[in-house]
Amino acid sequence: MSKSDPNAPKRLALIASKGTLDWAYPPFILASAAASMGWEVGVFFTFYGLTLLKPELTAAVSPLGNPAMPMKMPFGSEGFQNINWAMPNLLMANVPGFETVATSLMKQTFKNKGVASVEELREACIELDVRLIACQMTMDVFGFKVEDFIPQAELGGAATFLEYAADADIQLFI
Amino acid sequence: MDIIKEDQILDCSGMLCPMPIVKTSKAIKEMESGQVLKMIATDAGSPPDIAAWSRQTGNELLRSMVEDNKFVFFLKKK
Repeated sequence: MSKSDPNAPKRLALIASKGTLDWAYPPFILASAAASMGWEVGVFFTFYGLTLLKPELTAAVSPLGNPAMPMKMPFGSEGFQNINWAMPNLLMANVPGFETVATSLMKQTFKNKGVASVEELREACIELDVRLIACQMTMDVFGFKVEDFIPQAELGGAATFLEYAADADIQLFI
Repeated sequence: MDIIKEDQILDCSGMLCPMPIVKTSKAIKEMESGQVLKMIATDAGSPPDIAAWSRQTGNELLRSMVEDNKFVFFLKKK
């Protein structure tokens, strides 16, 4: 549908370019919220964002190069949980398994606060008919095949996204 | 204040953005035109979010109030 149709619903076009846990949230939150408002939504997954289309989501978080990231503990008293643990870059870069720990702490904190998991949000997007477009070029670069992704993923390139985005009311690069 | 009679109740207590909106839209889809959904939420972002959702979808927000420290919304399906 295009804007020439006055009855066309609003449209949101997103580019999801990052595959870490913290960056996996914004596209799925915006896409599911927009589709819940009756909008048409398409998300173009490119570069590291492609991994968000895998059946098994392995998105992790890296505090490295993410200096403002608050590190929170998901247990203990509220005061303890609200402490922002400052982690020196040297520690994050050199301690094996640090990212695994940071990822599980973030997942637990999100869960305790009532935030849906990335899996749940993606499932909501699928139920709401959000178009999930995998960037063919990056798939070739990283060696992904369409069978590596969830069956709802469709293939496309820059022109596919641009045509879709040209008629969108909102376009965001995430 | 007049009492609004709901046809269905949806409790989104404990859920954060965007789940109250996602669940509300799903519940409304399964209802008949003119029916009223009572939605309960604890997410402090839900009053502005439900108002925006109502404007965008055309499902009327009949009332928005606070009851027992929870946000309560009455939404009429268009």
